[in-house]
Amino acid sequence: MGSTRKEPVIALAGNPNTGKSTLFNALTGLRQHTGNWPGKTVLQTKGSYIYKGRKYTLVDLPGTYSLLANSLEEQVARDFICFGGPDATIVVVDATCLERNLNLALQITEITAKVVVCVNLIDEARRKKLKIDREKLSCLLGVPVVTTAARGGEGLPQLLNLVDQVVKGEIRPQPRLVQYDPEVETAVAKLVPQVKAVLGDLVNARWLSLRLLEGDLTLIEAVEKLTGKNKHVPCGWC
Amino acid sequence: MAGLKPLKAIPNGAFAYVTKVNTAGLTRRRLLDLGLVPGTRVEVVRRSPMGDPIAVKIRGAIIALRAEESGLVMVRE
Repeated sequence: MGSTRKEPVIALAGNPNTGKSTLFNALTGLRQHTGNWPGKTVLQTKGSYIYKGRKYTLVDLPGTYSLLANSLEEQVARDFICFGGPDATIVVVDATCLERNLNLALQITEITAKVVVCVNLIDEARRKKLKIDREKLSCLLGVPVVTTAARGGEGLPQLLNLVDQVVKGEIRPQPRLVQYDPEVETAVAKLVPQVKAVLGDLVNARWLSLRLLEGDLTLIEAVEKLTGKNKHVPCGWC
Repeated sequence: MAGLKPLKAIPNGAFAYVTKVNTAGLTRRRLLDLGLVPGTRVEVVRRSPMGDPIAVKIRGAIIALRAEESGLVMVRE
């Protein structure tokens, strides 16, 4: 899906207040045009930047703590990462509050391996005398990690370089996946082949199986929309 | 060993550790996403005048919880 496009699409995800939009503006400069109006599917802002002569589209997703769809914002972010086929996803985390932020990073690496974790607000963290062990974090998550201070532009060249390498497949992140209880893992193992039989490589089968086990109905709707089964009937809400 | 009690029974300024989240489905998911997983230290910071909601400090952030939710989270002092 994603790889056939000429312009790679990069998703920008993260908790609220991690400086995502600052990063978005720093990367896209004056070229961004916003399309942020209320509505079911368009809660994203799009922009573009050029790196090494190649144009990248950057999609700023709504800030969320989780992808497990309790709210509309979470649903938009989840559907884009899951079904929008981004060529890479930047997960912006707050360096001063890593523990809270890594929940989302783990959830995203469960969906897609093409992730770069951007530990932003590193200047704030320094002020609070916090040290971030970038290499250790990268090793624990299994994805590249870069520290940035988007406000001052620090770390942005490294970020763009990592994203570029992930898009081209020069870096293939191997996220460390959460292993669940044996009961859950057994159930997942049973479901995965069936999910694959229906959807092929369209969606990450392990992740979808986990959500099915949770009984996430909004996801079933999203999959139905994706496969064109059960075409959405306009209801006045969308 | 102190017994289990709901988070809403913890007085202001005191802290406790989460042992269990007594609910299922989306509410459970939500509480877990907020960082209320077993073993987490939670501190009750303050209460609104009528006692609901309460402000609790979880993993570096202060979050307001309604009695509906804070009654579902079981803690150990």
